[in-house]
Amino acid sequence: MASFTKSLFLFLFIQFTFSLFPSSIAQSPTPGSSEGYTIYGRVKIPGFGTKEFSLPAKVSNVKVILNGGQRVSFLRPDGYFSFHNVPAGTHLIEVAATGYFFSPVRVDVSARNPGKIQAALTENRRGLSEFVLEPLKDEQYYEIREPFSVMSIVKSPMGLMMGFMLIVVFLMPKLMENMDPEEMKRAQEEMRSQGVPSLANLLPGAARS
Amino acid sequence: MAIRVFLTLLLFLSLTNLVSSIYEDQVGLMDWHQQYIGKVKHAVFHTQKTGRKRVLVSTEENVVASLDLRHGEIFWRHVLGTNDVVDGIDIALGKYVITLSSGGSILRAWNLPDGQMVWESSLQGSKESKSILNIPKNLKADKDDLILVYGKGHLHAISGIDGEILWRKDFASDSIEVNHIIQSPEVIYVAGFVGSSKFYVYELNTKNGELLKNNHITLPFGTFGESLSVSGDKFVVLDDLRSKIVTINFNNGDINYNQKQISDLVKDLSGQAVILPSRLPGLFTLKINSNVLFIKITNEGELVLVDKIDNAAAFSNALSISENQHVFAFVQYEDNKIHLSVKDVNDWNGDLLKEDLVVDHQRGNIEKIFINNYVRTDRSHGFRALMVMEDHSLLLVQQGEIVWSREDGLASVVDVTTSELPVEKDGVSVAKVEQNLFEWLKGHALKLKGTLMIASPEDKVAIQKLRLRSSEKSKMTRDHNGFRKLLIVLTRAGKVFALHTGDGHVVWSTALHTLRKSEECEHPVGLNIYQWQVPHHHALDENPSILVIGRCGPSLTAPTVLSFLDAYTGKELNSLSLAHTVARVIPLPYTDSTEQRLHLIIDVNKHAYLYPRTPEAIEILKREFSNVYWYSVEVDNGVIRGHALKSNCVHEVVDEYCFVSRDLWSIVFPSESEKIIATVTRKSNEVVHTQAKVMTDHDVLYKYISKNILFVANAAPKASGEIGTATPEEASLVIYIIDTVTGRILHRMTHHGCQGPVHAVFSENWVVYHYFNLRAHRHEMSVIEVYDQSRADNKDIWKFVLGKHNLTSPISSYYRPEISAKSQSYFFTHSVKAIEVTSTAKGITSKQLLIGTIGDQVLALDKRFLDPRRTLNPSQAEKEEGIIPLTDSLPIISQSYITHSLKVEGLRGIITVPAKLESTSLVFAYGVDLFFTQIAPSRTYDSLTEDFSYALLLLTIVALVAALFITWVLSERKDLQEKWR
Repeated sequence: MASFTKSLFLFLFIQFTFSLFPSSIAQSPTPGSSEGYTIYGRVKIPGFGTKEFSLPAKVSNVKVILNGGQRVSFLRPDGYFSFHNVPAGTHLIEVAATGYFFSPVRVDVSARNPGKIQAALTENRRGLSEFVLEPLKDEQYYEIREPFSVMSIVKSPMGLMMGFMLIVVFLMPKLMENMDPEEMKRAQEEMRSQGVPSLANLLPGAARS
Repeated sequence: MAIRVFLTLLLFLSLTNLVSSIYEDQVGLMDWHQQYIGKVKHAVFHTQKTGRKRVLVSTEENVVASLDLRHGEIFWRHVLGTNDVVDGIDIALGKYVITLSSGGSILRAWNLPDGQMVWESSLQGSKESKSILNIPKNLKADKDDLILVYGKGHLHAISGIDGEILWRKDFASDSIEVNHIIQSPEVIYVAGFVGSSKFYVYELNTKNGELLKNNHITLPFGTFGESLSVSGDKFVVLDDLRSKIVTINFNNGDINYNQKQISDLVKDLSGQAVILPSRLPGLFTLKINSNVLFIKITNEGELVLVDKIDNAAAFSNALSISENQHVFAFVQYEDNKIHLSVKDVNDWNGDLLKEDLVVDHQRGNIEKIFINNYVRTDRSHGFRALMVMEDHSLLLVQQGEIVWSREDGLASVVDVTTSELPVEKDGVSVAKVEQNLFEWLKGHALKLKGTLMIASPEDKVAIQKLRLRSSEKSKMTRDHNGFRKLLIVLTRAGKVFALHTGDGHVVWSTALHTLRKSEECEHPVGLNIYQWQVPHHHALDENPSILVIGRCGPSLTAPTVLSFLDAYTGKELNSLSLAHTVARVIPLPYTDSTEQRLHLIIDVNKHAYLYPRTPEAIEILKREFSNVYWYSVEVDNGVIRGHALKSNCVHEVVDEYCFVSRDLWSIVFPSESEKIIATVTRKSNEVVHTQAKVMTDHDVLYKYISKNILFVANAAPKASGEIGTATPEEASLVIYIIDTVTGRILHRMTHHGCQGPVHAVFSENWVVYHYFNLRAHRHEMSVIEVYDQSRADNKDIWKFVLGKHNLTSPISSYYRPEISAKSQSYFFTHSVKAIEVTSTAKGITSKQLLIGTIGDQVLALDKRFLDPRRTLNPSQAEKEEGIIPLTDSLPIISQSYITHSLKVEGLRGIITVPAKLESTSLVFAYGVDLFFTQIAPSRTYDSLTEDFSYALLLLTIVALVAALFITWVLSERKDLQEKWR
């Protein structure tokens, strides 16, 4: 349950703020070759990538994957990546980064007006004016151990057992007190007449018979 | 009422259990993760600085890695794409690792200490050609730091600082096969052959690539093989008859050649000569049969035979240890020993190093060797050698000792099976293994402290250690819950490893004798591994055994070998070289009296061969003769055929164990509109608990459960390639469910505008498959559930009472079943590499899908998310049954990644094995890395969790007893007072 609310919470706070960094979907039919275009883009992970050469080891393991594994590219220190010689058509770019959830990106490389590239996130169909990919949310792989609280003890099976016992010990006599003294007497007599109470007597149906 | 409330509560609890997650401190308790790199192709040492000594390697699994030279651990590692084969690796500027990949078209620079990519250059070209990476050494004075790359018919000069292409020169138009790039400070020489007899040398300006001179020589004969550059201005090549060595001299723009008969050099050798690729200044090697000749070229161009070595295994490239001293290492075998020698290229008589090595026989021959030197305290040179063995393992040898070794064969797992461990013998006392009671209590007291969050940091460390070290985990005997097993894996090198599921250590490893590289068997590969004998009741004393199938080459017609191994010790019990080929192996569901499983091996001519070859096996098969069916898929023709056994083969002699097959049926798909891209069947050993499914309205649906059921996915031929090559209009995906006994198509479905790759898993009566929807441009997953309608009217209780039901009528595959199929599709975010489903001992536990994503993680997704009965607004009753409201995409809950924050780099497959405990399934994912864990899809309802606190239980009991006494005393006292009143 906790995990659900957690992810929901994160989902509500998706960051759509785009950076002011000069980054664009640069496109040019590469010189000397007529077969393909180049897709340039940038992966931006909040908190990282702003400083040069001082990236945590985590970021050096980010992979950018074209068309489900056809090609794999890596990030430069500033977060830029590129795919060369991509033919015109509609492609899919995915970012694999442990700890972050990225939406796949639909990339249209136009053949008619060479070099025109359009990108859109497939998860929420949002178009990208600049080819900057940001994680939709952080991924938390572990359940957070909740700090020790009285409630957690109470909720545990043993806690429930103790609680039940306490109710029997302290609440039952109170209930008995509130009972009509005559009824009480009758019940006691009944009990005496039947001897040791068995489990069957305690059941509501059986007691009446 | 209370019971009702309780039940609803339970249901509610079970509903929220869709996520099975772990706490961070539980990592490593039930799972293990091993990182590998694969068989090393190139290695470059980096030991100049006083800091960390490392070796940079590139491997056949397309991994670029930096290893610690002291311990062999991985500093950093990058797994390139599957098509991104590494052609060369080197160090530039002393701080960048340069890799050339993808047939000489991608050049990348990685930061040496942390592996961050610094720059990447795409090198264009149209012609396929040899790719050469040339990084000048010892040119520190030169500020330009030029990297020369020849690839795709072009020579590129690239700045080492930022990867900028300074100039490029086209050689493709001259149709020259460039073989050598020689760099001197001002000029670059590019040499190669045009055709087989014209040798060209180009002289280029280093600064701008301008052509300075162009020379060529035409030899009066053709040449064989590639030419070899021996020193800056001398090349050697064999003539087309392979009888002469041609030396080409290149001097100040003049080219001339000399030739010499090989027989003049060595008298008593005949055979096909080959020049081995090497980089030794002034020296080259010639291989004739198993002999290796070292031939020196003097400055005058004379050829001198230096040495002749037989049984030479491998030799390294030259290493320059001082201004004009170049050394190299070679190894040779001599009666079970390995001699490692390091010699000076110019001074053959003296050995700089001569060591004897003892290498485990199981590792096979040495395939490659790389050397590196270090300066000893007495200023003499010491050498260390990195050796790549036949089983793909990597060894570092120094001073005659193996300093470290890496089992990198495990990066190329081909097939996996499991075996039980031996039963615990009575003689072994359990108490010896367990800690004594005091220790046990202490451990639990610590744990209790942990739960109550009053543990100090030291205590926490102690707790973690206690949990991870648990001796229980890696014991070599069978356990009650069936968590401890042997994972038996076959690697591409033909080596078999047994890994313990507890902690992943290698219990035994065997290089198959029959799968060693030899004259008859040039390129041995491991194919499959099967359980051969699983002793149960009759033969418990015997060890289980496994069957390994290997082939001597990539083609189907290459000779095949079978090998039988003892699963406990790894000893090869028996091996057979087969006279026939192996196209397919079918484990039959029959065993003989010694619990050996019968296997049918189908060869390319569609003959079936029975193994084991015993009269008893024949008897068993004769009994079941008419019940053996199989199918074959011909992807190229778009045909699926069904086969059955017919009669014995008739060769010259009648072979009792060979059978001719007959075709029963065939399904021909229209080749212009459909192409088979995926076929999946059910696992033969899957257990199904219940055949019926009770709906919310007390209706009963019967699952259509058949072992002979095949899922086929066909794509339109235009859209059978990768994503990005087809438009939605021309793409379509057609799904079939076929009965493989009768060839009947049970269900057919078309997804318009969709394409592959299709990954599917078949279990019980449902199939789940993953594909790409081009219209939405998202991945989709679909589920098809198949129900048997012919038994649907069995739900009337009166029919049961009156005996009018048809439940007892035999079920045969020949009956025409009335099938109803339900289907639903959902979006799924990621690309997928593999899909598996959990399997448990009795099949009671609900199922989870295990999805290997493109990010090399394994996601567990509850099957309830893929239920065709999901609707937008499920009724109250349906909700209680556990039906989740329909959403258009499947949720990716990060806590349900069973690999948590780890990655199984290069993920290729996922295997699930049931544990004895019903709730638990063992999962093994393999790729370049290995990962193992246990998962409980419905939580561990039949056992206490690992973090169950016994101490808390004890505490509760004590508290209860105390409370009992206190209340007793209190009541006594009250009673007394009552009586006094």
